[in-house]
Amino acid sequence: MNISQLLNQLPGAVAQGLIWGIMAIGVYITFRILDIADLTVDGSIATGGAVAAILITNGVHPWLAVLIAFLVGMAAGAVTGVFHTVMGIPGILAGILTQLALYSVNLRIQGIGTDLGSRANVPMSINKYKDMLVSLRNVGRFALDNPIWLLLLITAVLIGVMYWFFGTEYGCGLRAVGANQQMARAQGINTGVGKVIGLMISNGLVAFSGALMAQYQGFADVSMGRGAIVIGLAAVIIGEVLFGKIFRNFALRLLAVSFGAIIYYLVIQVVLWLGLNTDDLKLLTALVVALFLAMPFWKTQIAAWRLKGGRQHG
Amino acid sequence: MAESAMLDLRDLRKTFNPGTVVEKKALDGVNLTLQKGDFVTVIGGNGAGKSTMLNAVAGTFPIDTGAVFLGGRDVTHLPEHRRAAFLGRVFQDPMTGTAASMNIEENLALALRRGQRRSLRWGITQKERGIYREKLSSLNLGLEDRMGSKVGLLSGGQRQALTLLMATLKEPELLLLDEHTAALDPKTAEKVLQLTSGLIREGGLTALMVTHNMRDALAMGNRLIMMHEGRIILDLGAEEKRNMTVEDLLLKFEEASGQALANDRMLLAT
Repeated sequence: MNISQLLNQLPGAVAQGLIWGIMAIGVYITFRILDIADLTVDGSIATGGAVAAILITNGVHPWLAVLIAFLVGMAAGAVTGVFHTVMGIPGILAGILTQLALYSVNLRIQGIGTDLGSRANVPMSINKYKDMLVSLRNVGRFALDNPIWLLLLITAVLIGVMYWFFGTEYGCGLRAVGANQQMARAQGINTGVGKVIGLMISNGLVAFSGALMAQYQGFADVSMGRGAIVIGLAAVIIGEVLFGKIFRNFALRLLAVSFGAIIYYLVIQVVLWLGLNTDDLKLLTALVVALFLAMPFWKTQIAAWRLKGGRQHG
Repeated sequence: MAESAMLDLRDLRKTFNPGTVVEKKALDGVNLTLQKGDFVTVIGGNGAGKSTMLNAVAGTFPIDTGAVFLGGRDVTHLPEHRRAAFLGRVFQDPMTGTAASMNIEENLALALRRGQRRSLRWGITQKERGIYREKLSSLNLGLEDRMGSKVGLLSGGQRQALTLLMATLKEPELLLLDEHTAALDPKTAEKVLQLTSGLIREGGLTALMVTHNMRDALAMGNRLIMMHEGRIILDLGAEEKRNMTVEDLLLKFEEASGQALANDRMLLAT
């Protein structure tokens, strides 16, 4: 257990955390603002990676590629939204259906231009596509082309845009849809459309994150999104637990989500360094997230139990 | 139809869970016309169709047959969020009318834009804040100094007062009050009722108020209707109402319906 080995891993963890943090902001929009647990993200993050990879390897500029990935992610969110609002399918199930469908769609996107017409993995080396926005090759160096700088900038801009959007008349209406649907309708807000728009923005961000992720790691893979929703929730919850008391402002709450993702990856690096097998990571993540999700429920249980105890003594 | 009619309900019918053992004929031919400035109180027993009638006006569910006209417009097939442009609503549950996780001024800003297209302009302007502060201070609840507080931190009475303010902030063509004091303690209920009368009087609003309290139903408004089994069985004008006591009203009910009035809340309240 060499400490310098760990230190070498930390910049990479920060960069990964920043990329997943963008996805986690998308998760925050559905999970916290719209009050929908949207499982589309496991599929749409891979969609973002697939779209970006296929475009970049076909000569499209990476910035244009991530923009298109964002739009395709929005389309995926729209599908979930239509399943949910037009077809009346419960939110969680609607997301699962889209996620499953996206697995096939992603194989097809990645297979564009191949003989088989479907492909599980698209490699794109930084050596060949030199203008890719981020790459893990540069993450260890203290230089201007270290991806961390650009990722910080992108995160700041996205938080700024989200802060603006959810402060507008329309954005306030969306927040009302998540807070109280009956009230929202009584104020003349179309809750169905609101949910679809929210899901679109969320999955747009998730796909955008996937597009960056694919460039960072140098390939897009059809299974790169497995468990993404859980990592997103972990980031949201870590952010709330650690910064919830001090970060009240909406922009700061989003920043806390990004911090949450970074901390998640830092902790992962530490536990791996301590000797945890990579194969056991998802198990650990799921259990930790389950524990944190249980907290509010347990708090009320304990309060009720105390009250009962108090009455007996009185 | 008469041009001045603010609300016109024509033969409204609604059956819940048709063809099942829990089938419930909630509205069985309701006809009602409100002129501009009418303040009508609605009473009736459990399951008489009072709330169902209000919800049919608001468009919470589609009705089976009949028609709803608001200000001369046929809104029968308009979805709930589109009808909201004409309606101010206060619900029985204080949690229903406001968004708990948003703060007081955000709730008011949402209400000020009721029925308008929501743009990408900033959600609250500085100018509005002045109006909100003024309106809130007229409630005498100290809310004007807590405009940044989450509504979830307010008491039930405070939330109902805020909901009332929201419902009337952008003048509604019709104000729907669905037992909006039923969940409050008597003292708070009294305050909210005073506020209700004040807002309706000042704004010259047209209102439909369901209540479980017969005294309130007699004391407030210029007209009283009584419902039973999905129909309006009694309709009293201002003059008749003035000369009536709770006992007279109970007697009238027995006459009209052939049975004693059964409303668990009403028995407690009279």
